[in-house]
Amino acid sequence: MARIDCNHIRHAYGPHPKSDKDYALKEVHHAFEDGGAYALLGPSGCGKTTLLNIISGLLYPSHGELLFDGKDVTNLSTQERNIAQVFQFPVIYDTMTVYDNLAFPLRNRGVPEPDVDRKVRETLEMTGLADMAKKKARGLTADQKQKISLGRGLVRSDVNAILFDEPLTVIDPHMKWVLRSQLKQLHRRFGFTMVYVTHDQTEALTFAENVVVMYEGEIVQIGSPAELFERPKHTFVGYFIGSPGMNVMPVAVEGRNARLGSQTIELPGAPKAGTAGAIELGIRPEYVRLGASGMPVSIRKVEDIGRHKVVRASFEGRDIAAIVGEDEDIPADPKIAFDPAGINLYADSWRVEMGG
Amino acid sequence: MDRTWNNKAWFMVLPVLLLVAFSAVIPLMTVVNYSVQDTFGNNVFFWAGSEWFEEILHSDRFWEAMGRNLVFSAIILVIEIPLGIFIALNMPKKGWGVPVCLVLMALPLLIPWNVVGTIWQVFGRVDIGLLGYSLRALGFNYNYVNDPFDAWITVIVMDVWHWTSLVVLLCYAGLVSIPDAYYQAAKIDGASRWAIFRYIQLPKMNRVLLIAVLLRFMDSFMIYTEPFVVTGGGPGNTTTFLSIDLVKLAIGEFNLGEAAAMSIVYFLIIMLLSWVFYTVMTAYDAER
Repeated sequence: MARIDCNHIRHAYGPHPKSDKDYALKEVHHAFEDGGAYALLGPSGCGKTTLLNIISGLLYPSHGELLFDGKDVTNLSTQERNIAQVFQFPVIYDTMTVYDNLAFPLRNRGVPEPDVDRKVRETLEMTGLADMAKKKARGLTADQKQKISLGRGLVRSDVNAILFDEPLTVIDPHMKWVLRSQLKQLHRRFGFTMVYVTHDQTEALTFAENVVVMYEGEIVQIGSPAELFERPKHTFVGYFIGSPGMNVMPVAVEGRNARLGSQTIELPGAPKAGTAGAIELGIRPEYVRLGASGMPVSIRKVEDIGRHKVVRASFEGRDIAAIVGEDEDIPADPKIAFDPAGINLYADSWRVEMGG
Repeated sequence: MDRTWNNKAWFMVLPVLLLVAFSAVIPLMTVVNYSVQDTFGNNVFFWAGSEWFEEILHSDRFWEAMGRNLVFSAIILVIEIPLGIFIALNMPKKGWGVPVCLVLMALPLLIPWNVVGTIWQVFGRVDIGLLGYSLRALGFNYNYVNDPFDAWITVIVMDVWHWTSLVVLLCYAGLVSIPDAYYQAAKIDGASRWAIFRYIQLPKMNRVLLIAVLLRFMDSFMIYTEPFVVTGGGPGNTTTFLSIDLVKLAIGEFNLGEAAAMSIVYFLIIMLLSWVFYTVMTAYDAER
């Protein structure tokens, strides 16, 4: 296992990138710690798979370098980098048995047969495929096939990292939970460095200790699930994580007050001096309090989704969402208040710190 | 609930039924009819029973033609299938080369069969043909009209030229349908070029290869037009295949009964051999 450093990596698919727009990956400068479980989260086309393929060596970055444990591997082939990758669709060798599938990477590397046998048996145990070792791989279900893909990575004890490219896409919902928890267990037991690409926030937040959120070719925030929820660094993170996403509204700031239309909202602190650009206030629906006092809103829709209700309302001419408990009543003359703990301020979409 | 039950819907299949009847069933039955009767003209028929079949099955001429057919089909499959796979593997997967290669590959398939025969008939002539004349000029004693070996080479090369493209196109279709992830996974697993072919490409081409083998077998076993145009079955009878012999028998000698019996035997052999190919190649699929 290894620590992976991305050193100012940029990548463009076209041959002559001119502006920032031509880059699928604008600039990534980040370290994946040894033994960490990371999720790369972002919408389709945000560059997460590009980054993953650069790490695995299937793509060669236009700029920058990649280090494994401090050693430059930018020019090494996929094989020499010694990583494992699990793809979106299960890749198995149809004609081989499960056993032979797992033995394949070892045999290709000329490992002596007794060692192959020992390692394959270990891996069969780890992935829970021991019962079907002698079966032809193509007769298995999608989740079993995906375990084979994973197993072909695990079987090599010296892999530097295991990379996952949306591995649960074709798996049935109930198996997704099972596989995800098995992955987490494997991570706890063996301490692999894992990088997991997904566009599903639930998947990312339950799998990883550190979630790397990407947007339009750059990393916008790296943090624990709680940090991403409480303190989104970029309005995109606010929108993308949480259901429904964060309410973001343009405001004018005067000292410790933000003005939106005729309303004044008290901020938890004054923004740093010199904050300029388009200022927006972000607050998650969980921190919007609906009650009899506060600022008037008109309710458009109430969605009852079981554990709680999502209230869609109009506030100063803008849409706002609030979450209220299942048993709480919606007042006849509704007013909202913002919980100061949930207020974030953004300048040109990036979060600004507020002094106490 | 009252529902009207009637069988009027059966009329819907009538057009297809008629079409199949006139294009397949009735002609086939006519052949069966001829094969068990004898005629001396004037539309007078006598019952002949299995006589024609016995005659065919005891005729050296038939078994010799059959032998030539089997050897020809075997050679064709041995050359065209590996060559087709090889070409398909080396065709570009993207870029401007793709349409160029596809058009080039499709060209021989678009030429009418007797034109293919004529092209090679002229191409191989020793007096004016580019191939025949050049070979002569280089000192080879090439003459497909007199030499059975040269005649066979010419017919085989012509067939390879004409039909390898079909195998190529089928294999190519199989190859481009393999997702990139397979090649990426193979790279990560450290697979060699041969291992990629053996464990990814060949299994994925399995189905199209079955179609290619069946089509090429059936077509080469029924080959008629091209050798008829180029060699006319000669020199002697050395390139007389079953189909050529059949036409000689039916039209040349007007031996309808024997020709009909031969048609049926011919048809049964092709069906039997195709079934064998199919069974052998799919047996592998079945073992799970």
